Amino acid sequence: MFAYYLQLGLRSLRKNPLLTLLMVLAIGCGVAASMTTYSVFRATSNNPIPDKSSQLYVPQIDNWGPDASKDNKGEPPNAMTYTDAINLMRDKRAKRQTALYPAAISIVPTDPSMLPFRETSYAWYADAFAMFDIPFLYGHAWTADEDESHAAVAVIGKALNDKLFNGANSVGKNVSINGRDYRIVGVADKWNPEPVFYDVINTNGFDDPIEVFIPFTRAVELQTNTNGNNNCSHDPGKGWDSWIRSECVWLGFWAELPTTSEADAYRAYLNGYAAEQQRAGRFRWAPNTRLRNVTEWLDYQKVVPQEAKVSLMVSLGFLLICLVNTVGLLLAKFMRRSSEIGVRRALGAPRKEIYLQFLIEAAAVGLAGGVVGLLLTGLGVMGVSLVFEPDVARLAKLDVSLVLLTMLVAVLTTVLAAFYPTWRAAQVQPAWQLKSN
Amino acid sequence: MQIKPILSALRRHKAGTFLIAMQIALTLAIVCNALFIIHQRVAHLSEPTGIDEANIFIVKNEWVGAPDSARVDAMMRADLQTLRQVPGVQDATPSNSYPLRGSGWDDGVKLKPDQLQDSSGSTIYFADEHFIDTLGLKLIAGRNFRADEIGHMDMRYKLAPPVVIITRALADKLFPGGQAVGKTIYLIGGPATVVGVVDLLQAQSVERWASDFAYRSVIIPERLTLSLGSFYIVRARPGQLDAAMRAAGKALFAQNPRRVIADDDGLLSFSEVRSRAYESDRGMAILMGVISIVLLAVTAAGIVGLTSFWVGQRRRQIGVRRALGATRQDILHYFMTENLLISCAGVLVGTVLAIAMNLWMVTRFEMHRLSLSYLVTGVVILLLLGQGAVLAPALRASRVPPVEATRSV
Repeated sequence: MFAYYLQLGLRSLRKNPLLTLLMVLAIGCGVAASMTTYSVFRATSNNPIPDKSSQLYVPQIDNWGPDASKDNKGEPPNAMTYTDAINLMRDKRAKRQTALYPAAISIVPTDPSMLPFRETSYAWYADAFAMFDIPFLYGHAWTADEDESHAAVAVIGKALNDKLFNGANSVGKNVSINGRDYRIVGVADKWNPEPVFYDVINTNGFDDPIEVFIPFTRAVELQTNTNGNNNCSHDPGKGWDSWIRSECVWLGFWAELPTTSEADAYRAYLNGYAAEQQRAGRFRWAPNTRLRNVTEWLDYQKVVPQEAKVSLMVSLGFLLICLVNTVGLLLAKFMRRSSEIGVRRALGAPRKEIYLQFLIEAAAVGLAGGVVGLLLTGLGVMGVSLVFEPDVARLAKLDVSLVLLTMLVAVLTTVLAAFYPTWRAAQVQPAWQLKSN
Repeated sequence: MQIKPILSALRRHKAGTFLIAMQIALTLAIVCNALFIIHQRVAHLSEPTGIDEANIFIVKNEWVGAPDSARVDAMMRADLQTLRQVPGVQDATPSNSYPLRGSGWDDGVKLKPDQLQDSSGSTIYFADEHFIDTLGLKLIAGRNFRADEIGHMDMRYKLAPPVVIITRALADKLFPGGQAVGKTIYLIGGPATVVGVVDLLQAQSVERWASDFAYRSVIIPERLTLSLGSFYIVRARPGQLDAAMRAAGKALFAQNPRRVIADDDGLLSFSEVRSRAYESDRGMAILMGVISIVLLAVTAAGIVGLTSFWVGQRRRQIGVRRALGATRQDILHYFMTENLLISCAGVLVGTVLAIAMNLWMVTRFEMHRLSLSYLVTGVVILLLLGQGAVLAPALRASRVPPVEATRSV
C-alpha cells in the first residue's frame, strides 16, 4: 500500500509541476537557511570538553572593588592578578589547578635558512595537561617538581613537531624559544577544543591550537610578556616587578573540582581568601567572588557570537513562514482533488487510508524539499565565511549528522504542515462530490 | 466596490484566509527587523577613519626573543629609516595600533588629577613626529610634535607624556566651545599638555562597547617599545601601494632578519584592514538581504498559489456574476480588494509581531529600537507585493466567460 500511495503521490505532484516546484523550493530554502545558520550556532555553542565541563571551574576575585565593578553589574574582573593567582596556586585547595597566560614568545629554528616564527604559546602549570585531558603522542607532561624549579622544559604540539622534527619523536631534544634552549619532555597530539574554553578572554573563543607549552614559573622568571589583555584600574608603576605586584589583571585560572561538594568548599575557600585580603587591608570591601564551570563561563562570556544567534532566530522564522506557505499550497492541492477523494471514499476507503495517502504524498514533497535544502545548505556552509569571521566560519561543516538533520527537519516539518490539509481532505463528503459531477 | 459580499465569501474560506494573513504578518515582522539590522550594519560601513586609506599599508612586526626597551627602540628607528628610503614609500611612522584594528590601548581622560570618574574614554595612539603626515591627518589647531619631543617607553612604564595631540571630537568633549591647545589633561600616568588638535581620527574599535569614544583619540609622542613588536604605518606614493608593500617587507628583512612578519596578516593594505574590520557587518547585511528577498518571493508565491486555487474553485460563481452583468473590471477588483482586505489584516497583526520581535531582540542582543519608518516601509512593500501577486490570478478570473455559469450542473 505504501508503495502504491507513494506512486499516487508522485503522479499527483507531476500533474501540477509549478505548484509542486513552489512547495519544494520554499521548503528547501527554509530548511537550508535554518541548517546553515544552525551549523554555525552548533559549532560556537559546542561543549568543548563534555566529560569535564562541570568539573573545571574559573574562580574570580574582586580586587578592584565596587567602584569598578558597578560598571559590570557587580561582577569581579574577568582575569586575575599575579598576586591572587600565586596565592591560589600555593594553597592548592583543588584537586588540580593552574594559572595560565598566552606567552609572547617566538621559535628560532636551528636551521639557519629558516626564519624565526611565532606559534600560539601558553605558560601554565603541570596540572593543566591532566586537567584538560591533553593527549600525548610522545613523552608526557612536565612534573610539579619542574614547576617548582622553574625548569627549562617544554611540551610542543604535533604540528610544530612535524615542522621542526618531521614528525619524529623529539622528546629529549631542544627547542629554542626566545633565544633560550628548552628540553622537550612531551609532544601533545592534536588537541583543539572548540570553543577554546581555557582562554576565552584573549581569544573570544576561537583561535589556532596551542603549539608551545612552557612552565608558568619559568615564563614569569624570564619576564615573558603576555600576548593577551592586561587591564589596570590604576597606574601599576614602572617596570616588571611593580607590574606583577600591582592590581592589574592578566591571568587566567582554572581549578578542577570533581564533585559539587568540592566546588562548594572551594567557593567557601575563595570567600575566606577574599576576607583574609580584606583583613590584611588589601581589599577595602566585602568578599565578592565567583566560581563558574566551563558551561557557565562560556555562557557568561557570550562566546556564541551575536550574529550566530540573531541569524538562527531569523532563519527559524523564515522556516516557519515557508511552512505556513506549504500549508496553504497543500490545502489548495488536496482540495482540488475533492472529487478523486469522493470516489475513493465511495468505493469504501476509510478516512485512515485517505490520511495515509496524503501524508505520504506530503512526505514525498518534504523529501524533495530536503534534497533541495541539502544542496542549498552545502552552498550556504561554503558561503558562511561571507557572514562570520574566518575563525568561526571554518567551524561550520556539512557532516553526516547535519545531512541527516536536514532531511529529517524537511520531511518532519512538511508532514507536520500537511496535517491540517489532510484532515480537510479526509472530511470530504463522498455524496457531495459524486453528485456535482 | 462592495466589501460585504467579499467578507461573507471569505467566511467560507477561513483556513486559506487565515494562512495568507498569517504569512503576511510573519513576513512583515521578519522583513522589518531584517531591514533594520541591515541599516544598522551598513551605517557602520560608511564611517570614515580620517586617514588616507587608499595609500596606507600596515606592517605588523614582531621581534624575536625578548630584547629590552632601549634595544627595541634602536631597532625600530633603524626600521623606520629603512622604510622611509624604500622606493615608492612617502613616509612611515611607528604605532601600537591603527583605526579599525579592533583592539589596543584605551584609556580614560580626566581634567583634574583627583577626579573620580573619567571625563571621556579615548583611544591611545603612540606616534612619532611623522604620524600626522603619514596618516594624512589634518592639523586644525596648534602644532605637530617636534623630533626632540619623541621618547620611547616600555609597556611597563607610566603613561605620562609631557605633551599630546588630541582629536577634535575629544577636544569638543573636554573643552566644549573653548580652545584645547595649551590646556592640561590627565591620563592614567599623569598630566599632559595639549599642543595640537587634529580633525578626524577614528578609534581602533568600531564595536559597540567603544562607540562612546568613537572619534576621541589621544596621540602620544612616544615609540612604544614592546619586545613582542608593534606596527609600522606606511604611506605609499599615489599608485605605488603594491610595489611599496612588497619592497618594504624585503627591505625590513634585509636590514634585520631577527623578526617575524607573518604571512597572513604581517603586511596589510588598509583596504584589507577595512574589509576585515567590517566582515561581520557586511556579512550580516548580505545574509539579511538574501533572507528578505527570498522571503518576499516565497510569500508572493504563496499568494499566487492560493488565489489561483480560489479562482479555480469559483469559476462557476464568477460565470454567474458575469452572466448577471458584472464587467471584467468588477471581477478584477473583487479579487484585488479581497487580497487587500486580507493583507491589511495580516499587516496589522504583523506590525504587532514586528514590534514584539524587536523588543525581544533589544533585551537579548545589543540592538536598537525599531524606528517607525521601517514599519511603514515594510507595510507598503507587503501591500504592494500582495496586490502584485494577486494580479495574475485575478486577471485570469476576469477572463472567465459568462457561459461558465451554465456548465457542469
